[in-house]
Amino acid sequence: MPNKTESPMNEMRVGTTAGDLMRVVIVGHVDHGKSTLVGRMFHDTGQLPDGKLEAIQEMCRRRGMPFEWAFLMDSLKAERDQGVTIDTSQIWFRHNARQYVIIDAPGHREFIRNMVTGASNADAALLMIDADQGVRRQSRHHSYLLQLLGVREVAVAVNKMDLVDYDEARFREIETEYKSYLKGIGVEARRVIPISAREGDNVASASDRMTWYDGPSVIETLAEFELPESSEHRPLRLPLQDVYKFDDRRILAGRIESGSLKTGDELLFSPSNRTARIASIESWNTPGTPNTATAGQSVGITLDEQIFVERGEVASHVTDAPIESDVFHLRLFWLADTPLEIGKTYGLKIGPRHVKATVERIVRVIDVDALSDHDATQVARDEIAEVVLRTNQLVAIDNHDNLPRTGRVIIYDRHRTLAGGIVSMGSYPDQRAQITIRASNLTEVDHGVDNARRAARNRHQPSILWFTGLSGAGKSTLAMALERRLFDEGYQVYVLDGDNVRTGLNANLGFSPEDRAENIRRVGEVAALLADAGLIVITAFISPYRADRDRAREAGGDAFREIYIKADVETCESRDPKGLYKRARAGEITDFTGISAPYEEPANPELVIDTSNGDVDSCVDELVAYVKANFAVNAR
Amino acid sequence: MDRLDRLEAQSVYILREAYAAASPLAALWSIGKDSNVVLWLARKAFFGRVPFPVVQLDTGMELDEVYAYRDQYTKAWDLDLIVIDCPPESDMDPDLPPMTRAAARKSAGLAQLLKNDTYKGIIVGIRRDEEATRAKERVFSPRALSGAWEFRDQPPEFWDQFTTDTPEGAHLRIHPLLHWTEIDIWRYSQREKIPINPLYFSQGGKRYRSLGEKNITAPIDSDAANIDEIIAELETTRSPERAGRLMDNEAEDSFERLRTSGYM
Repeated sequence: MPNKTESPMNEMRVGTTAGDLMRVVIVGHVDHGKSTLVGRMFHDTGQLPDGKLEAIQEMCRRRGMPFEWAFLMDSLKAERDQGVTIDTSQIWFRHNARQYVIIDAPGHREFIRNMVTGASNADAALLMIDADQGVRRQSRHHSYLLQLLGVREVAVAVNKMDLVDYDEARFREIETEYKSYLKGIGVEARRVIPISAREGDNVASASDRMTWYDGPSVIETLAEFELPESSEHRPLRLPLQDVYKFDDRRILAGRIESGSLKTGDELLFSPSNRTARIASIESWNTPGTPNTATAGQSVGITLDEQIFVERGEVASHVTDAPIESDVFHLRLFWLADTPLEIGKTYGLKIGPRHVKATVERIVRVIDVDALSDHDATQVARDEIAEVVLRTNQLVAIDNHDNLPRTGRVIIYDRHRTLAGGIVSMGSYPDQRAQITIRASNLTEVDHGVDNARRAARNRHQPSILWFTGLSGAGKSTLAMALERRLFDEGYQVYVLDGDNVRTGLNANLGFSPEDRAENIRRVGEVAALLADAGLIVITAFISPYRADRDRAREAGGDAFREIYIKADVETCESRDPKGLYKRARAGEITDFTGISAPYEEPANPELVIDTSNGDVDSCVDELVAYVKANFAVNAR
Repeated sequence: MDRLDRLEAQSVYILREAYAAASPLAALWSIGKDSNVVLWLARKAFFGRVPFPVVQLDTGMELDEVYAYRDQYTKAWDLDLIVIDCPPESDMDPDLPPMTRAAARKSAGLAQLLKNDTYKGIIVGIRRDEEATRAKERVFSPRALSGAWEFRDQPPEFWDQFTTDTPEGAHLRIHPLLHWTEIDIWRYSQREKIPINPLYFSQGGKRYRSLGEKNITAPIDSDAANIDEIIAELETTRSPERAGRLMDNEAEDSFERLRTSGYM
């Protein structure tokens, strides 16, 4: 099984050493004092550049306003004139031998895209809350976005304590409310600090106006933040940025996002599924010739075989390869003015790879205030939602919980990034096993009897009648009735039915997404063999995924007909011949199609049989007529 | 990986993205310490070569040592050099303060380059720590045909997913050094043994901390005569890097005005 994880990487931390660079973003609701805190930190630690204080004083004097610390970071004239941070900014800050990049992020809801831009570069975050105003919308929205962006180190500063007379009760009230919210989204704040950025309380030194607080100041809290652990011991992922042919070397270039590699390693390229060994690791102006490389490095490699690979392929080792799929769940933050809509097709970027993706389903839109979900047909700007995307070709991807850097994507249109999101497969299977041919050196031999002779003797063409539909739609009932009728009329006919196949041919398969896909793959291949033997084959499997049915069609060739046995969930549930819906509703069966797992309706079935009125005979009549019209030899 | 390794890996990643997604591509070479590092990083990224043209926006006002460095390393590094003669100061917006007007010649030179050749990506060696409006830049920053910077409406940029497609006629400024600091530049130049222009080293108690045209740039007081001494000086100084760049502080927003209308 690919992507097995012992423990999620984000929970593992290492200590920091002197000289580390820690990138800290300051986020929170508009006007809660983010830019002011940055100015104050610089002043109180004696790090304002010469002349800066005077320049700010002059800018304030010209505007006839009191001294404004925020002008240190608000470098655009429009920002100073309007008193609001428009875009994110970064400034370098050194304290006790540790260097920080302080990232100021705008708090105005108009500029969420700029907040995301700033916060995505951070290792840690300081969430600011105004003691007077309390927890507000962006306080919640920003912390939710931090979670999606992968920022795990978080502390909270309750600012403007001077406005509430440094009142401990007010502080505790906010602390309790906000901590409980953060807990709801899986974030634990390292510290909650009462401060006044304007007055300097608990910024660089302890406040004598809040003696009831004995925790660390903001500056001391920065020193506690820990850097995320390197991902070098995780499975190898090297997405290819390019293939260079500047001289006689053919160099594959990219950055190792996780894991490590060495000369001689066998690499698997996805989604093309080709393999080759590393012949050399190329570099310029380095001491000696490297023979290993690890996560974070931008590398160039050559291969021992000239296989065709291009930008966008992901190199991994043969074990622990990425998932291959054309459908997955995405938890996304939508940044565009135009809403995301079901059925719409967008550009999707996974590392350096571009594909097209269609929104198949909006699973839920998440209300970040109430932390509740609701159904929706579109996702508006600044909303967070979970959707199902289907790509126009197979992509190599990871579950974000396993490998964050290769488990995240962006959605774009021609010129603009519209959204970012993190991937989970949910109940969708890894399709790699379905497309991998393991044996090589195979030569197909011709049969002694050809298809025309079989058809002439049987007096009908071979056929695969692939029944798909919900459990309880009537697939097995119709399949068995049709088998009997066709047999009586002289057809060579056989039914492959779900439970029957699972007791023998597929007895070694369980109900994981990958096993379900393999179950359908084998049925598709057996049906193709039986059809090759001249039979009319009827299959009766839910086969909920379009990708699986498409593969069965590919195996079956011209003989394949997709027949949608159609009845809505309510009707099927009221029939419930095997009592499965009841058990699924009781939670005894997970991932039950139609209840807790998706059924992907056929896009272009050859035939639709509507069984909702329950008249078996007329349905069978229709099927028999279809077979006669299409497969009887005298009909040709 | 140490800090310089990480900086280098990130810049190489950016340069390779630019080369793959924003072609045709060119790099601006002011022949100062930062754009020298950009060219060095390009040779790292592309295994010893700079596979795109390198453009000098020439005002004719550079110091002699700058021209000498250009000629020597154009040959040594096998660069495809394009020299653009910038339009004269008399063509610049008369409302700009005098030093700013002199600096605006480079924006005009760049506009001329883009008018003659349709480059999609222009690599520029600016850094966030140099100057406060540069701190608000994107790594891939889309520009209008005029070169104007729409700083009120910058695209989102996260997870190293850059804006690589622009409307017809517009271009991208690509900033591979945005995340570096002045000290990083010196430490990296030292480690990689990148040739250093002697103007950066103290002669008679003065050195150039930032190289610009001789009419609008002043040397600073310094005894730092080698890279170690420069680093030691920078670790304690509180004066800003561009203090000697006279156009920056002529008016509250003089540099912002330069940048929004296309300056680097």
